Amino acid sequence: MKSCLIVDDSKVIRMVARRILEGLQFEIMEAADGKIALETCLKTMPDAILLDWNMPVMNGIDFLRALRGLDGGAAPRVVFCTTENDLAHIQEAISAGANEYIMKPFDSDIIEAKFSQIGLI
Amino acid sequence: MKPEDFAYFCKLILDRSGLVLGPDKSYLIESRLTPVARRHNLGGLDALATALRQNKDAKLLRDFTDALMTNESFFFRDTKPFDQFREVVLPRLLTTRATSKRVRIWSAACSTGQEAYSLAMILKEQGAKLAGWTFEIVGTDISHEVLAKAQAGVYTQFEVQRGLPIQFLVKYFKQDGDKWQLAQEIRNMVQFREFNLLGELTGLGTFDVVFCRNVLIYFDQKTKGAILERIAKGLAPDGFLYLGGAETVLGVTEKFEPLSGHRGIYALTNSQSAAQPPAFARAVGA
Repeated sequence: MKSCLIVDDSKVIRMVARRILEGLQFEIMEAADGKIALETCLKTMPDAILLDWNMPVMNGIDFLRALRGLDGGAAPRVVFCTTENDLAHIQEAISAGANEYIMKPFDSDIIEAKFSQIGLI
Repeated sequence: MKPEDFAYFCKLILDRSGLVLGPDKSYLIESRLTPVARRHNLGGLDALATALRQNKDAKLLRDFTDALMTNESFFFRDTKPFDQFREVVLPRLLTTRATSKRVRIWSAACSTGQEAYSLAMILKEQGAKLAGWTFEIVGTDISHEVLAKAQAGVYTQFEVQRGLPIQFLVKYFKQDGDKWQLAQEIRNMVQFREFNLLGELTGLGTFDVVFCRNVLIYFDQKTKGAILERIAKGLAPDGFLYLGGAETVLGVTEKFEPLSGHRGIYALTNSQSAAQPPAFARAVGA
């Protein structure tokens, strides 16, 4: 079973994403901000990360840059999932090492399509 | 809805488009036709049936057909057929068409254009490898409304996220408010035409590859056979036909046979394409 870390400061979004990803046979971990996510990754590196952008303490893009600098941090496939829906943000995410990008609102079809494109399903 | 009106709507759409709607589809008919009745200032579905029976209003008949067709479409739908196109079909065409350097592709029942444009993007990605080649992509659909949308190449945020890799969004789309428009250079690679699959193919010419995916599922057995026989006539002898994952030629027509080793792709029976083993098998066998 592949693992997915869901990083979002909204408990509701984490719950919705968890339900969709559990349906796609992922084992789920959760983090409410980038700092907690980074600590989780240091303990157990997940196969996939669904990542919000705007969060307190440490935001998504700072987390991603820190992750990609870690030992083994190049491995997880990272899918941004954010309300930031302009080209500038998308380009910044890709150059920081994101593999895919979801613009909120999302549904199960979008998550499934994006995860399958980058070989997670 | 009166039973005789329901029967009439089913018969009319069957005659117009070949679409088979069973008795379980009365909810679908009500929910899709009620807005059409409203738009034409008709009191309800019985008034709509009466107006259609008079057969005086071509626009009403077109709106009726448009409303009942299912126009679901994603970019790179199912992924695999497009990988196969890039890795199997395209390399073979580059060999077999090396003299003419011309390839014609048909996206049949193309809906809002995502399949045709996905192919255009794949070709664009090949870059200099295709220099000097002419690729013609033709998208056809019975619905005027979806073709207008296909031509405009403007998609919602939802639509550009279903199947389109983010790198392609960045590379080939321009953001306009909450909509995304496909670049002119990609739109120019596809021509769209109104065409009913129940009609003769004359005027469309001969194709090297035909995509007719998730279309036949809506037709009865006899119509499926008739459509496939017409496609067979419009396909180059060594051309390729793509069907959807839930579709097959088995028991429908003997004109086509599956291309061995490549699920979803078919070749004309006893043709060169069918006889040629798949590229990977040759490599292993060599």
